[in-house]
Amino acid sequence: MERAEYERLRWRCIRRALLELDIALTRFLDEQFDQLNAEQQQVFAELADMEDHDLWYLISGQAECEDSRYAPIVALLRKS
Amino acid sequence: MSIPVLKFDAVIVGAGGAGLRSAIQLSEAGLKTAVLSKVFPTRSHTVAAQGGVAASLGNSEEDHWHWHMYDTVKGSDWLGDQDAIEFMCKKANEVVVELEHYGMPFDRTDNGKIYQRPFGGHMSNFGEKPVRRSCAAADRTGHAMLHAMYQRNVKANTQFFVEWMALDLIRDVDGAVIGVTAMEMETGQIVIFHARAVIFATGGAGRIYHSSTNAFINTGDGLGMAARAGIPLEDMEFWQFHPTGVAGAGVLITEGVRGEGGILRNSSKERFMERYAPNAKDLASRDVVARAMATEIKEGRGCGVNKDYVLLDITHLDPATIMKRLPGIREISIQFAGVDPIKEPIPVVPTCHYQMGGIPTNYYGRVVVPQGDSLSVEIPGFYAAGECACASVHGANRLGTNSLLDLLVFGKSAGDSAVADLKSGLAHRELPKDAADFSLARVDAINNRKGGASVFEARQAIARTMQDHAGVFRFGDMLKKGAAQILEVEKQAKSLEIKDKSQVWNTARIEALETENLIEVAKATMISAEARKESRGAHVRDDAPDTPEFPNGRNDKEWLKHTLFYSADNSIKYKGVNLQPLSVETVALKTRSY
Repeated sequence: MERAEYERLRWRCIRRALLELDIALTRFLDEQFDQLNAEQQQVFAELADMEDHDLWYLISGQAECEDSRYAPIVALLRKS
Repeated sequence: MSIPVLKFDAVIVGAGGAGLRSAIQLSEAGLKTAVLSKVFPTRSHTVAAQGGVAASLGNSEEDHWHWHMYDTVKGSDWLGDQDAIEFMCKKANEVVVELEHYGMPFDRTDNGKIYQRPFGGHMSNFGEKPVRRSCAAADRTGHAMLHAMYQRNVKANTQFFVEWMALDLIRDVDGAVIGVTAMEMETGQIVIFHARAVIFATGGAGRIYHSSTNAFINTGDGLGMAARAGIPLEDMEFWQFHPTGVAGAGVLITEGVRGEGGILRNSSKERFMERYAPNAKDLASRDVVARAMATEIKEGRGCGVNKDYVLLDITHLDPATIMKRLPGIREISIQFAGVDPIKEPIPVVPTCHYQMGGIPTNYYGRVVVPQGDSLSVEIPGFYAAGECACASVHGANRLGTNSLLDLLVFGKSAGDSAVADLKSGLAHRELPKDAADFSLARVDAINNRKGGASVFEARQAIARTMQDHAGVFRFGDMLKKGAAQILEVEKQAKSLEIKDKSQVWNTARIEALETENLIEVAKATMISAEARKESRGAHVRDDAPDTPEFPNGRNDKEWLKHTLFYSADNSIKYKGVNLQPLSVETVALKTRSY
């Protein structure tokens, strides 16, 4: 991912509406994002575009992930 | 250097509830309106508000705005201005119904009316019994509100500048506010927004505390801008805390955990609430529990390496009960505390939640400051609303569901005032030649400084200093130390160095600029808190205890007044509380008890 594109994504992860997501996404970017391949990074960027409550319910396991493309990244987010 | 100038009738800084509400008034009046926001509007922190919005609609049982007003004055511990409180409570029904017309999906009763639920502190008949006054949209009230208002703004042609950070207020030689400087994050370009009216709706600054429920975005940018422009900050010593946030993270652990049998323990595993509240124990009220926790920590009985938290123990509960009755708590604990609460207790600490003080305004949403013989002179062209403003309706303590009401009523009021002023001739004033110089110098210093402090360390220093010295329960000696220490931290926060020198998408630079705002709020809070030698509402000192002469430690004879803190020389002025409502009798002073 290009620097500018990454920094934009980073800003959109570290300034969420909900504190829970600020923490969870910042941690994921710092610890796991670099290990993803380009396609997985793209999937993560799509997830980060979700509404805050929807994404938090997915990460906290209060909602099931029904999209098979997202499931592997959601599983990583839950463990991070 | 030539700086681009964008000209608007009105510029609103912040696109949360208050900003969006005021923008509707301006755009629908046909005025050219810009809204600047660090994030997409529906990512503003208003999203996190779940409780609902208070309005005495009386849909479920009899209710009246006057009862709501009484509750709010009492909640404020009589520090709220009674004209502003009457104005807000009276306007509540109107702004809630308007929101319904904008498409807000409120919960409904069987007969189709807005469903209302009870909420702490809201009573019928002047404090007699709880009343159903809160209007909500499931657990997404704030979020649904932002969506409805954003759509309305799009329809009204409000121009949004998303991922822009406002830097400084521009005032002319007469002190009138004539615009702001702002930076586009994508390009790093600094631009002047030249306006006839500027409305601040930048939210709170809960990130000054180490443990905070506030999202990272709440860095008090509007307060920092106001403070740098010579405008005092009002009643900044008053912050609402929640007793149980996850230590180190701030994420809330609901009070329901104690309701289900959770027990608070100190480092020797003692159930310490037995000493502070022998009957209610862990189920004592929020403030009693938070104060007990703070005392345990201060007296060295906290847990962990730094002895800076206590434990919330539910290991004795049946795991099935935890899963069924406390959904999400196990996940939160595992994610943010790293412990499974079925097996180990959760580290918790009193956690900052809401800022009662802010930029001083009247109930018209106009910013007012001392000038000459008067303590409340309006600054031409400057308005503020929502958590960044202090009208003052929350006084020393806010009632739940009054924050969403505040941002609707005063967002609208600030918008209406700006419209009225613009229609009656408030014109663009000439931009000084050096309008952007101050901002350019600040940004240049951050870009080019060598050997300065790191942003991370400065933020840690601010947050730790505030948490340790001006937390939920305050001690005279700690406040004194804190007031000296925060001035040292200020030097650090005003000499930041960043490693990333990129022009485009430089988030390190944005975080440095935010830090310069945080320190203004932290300093105002600490020095104002040290100076107020009484206990009132959320400001509780151990050296101002409950006595027959001063019930709850409140001293109306000396301290029934608002603090106005000036950053330039760290000085304080005081102004009296307005005890005169608009149309009804004063809610007479009495001891606040529930």
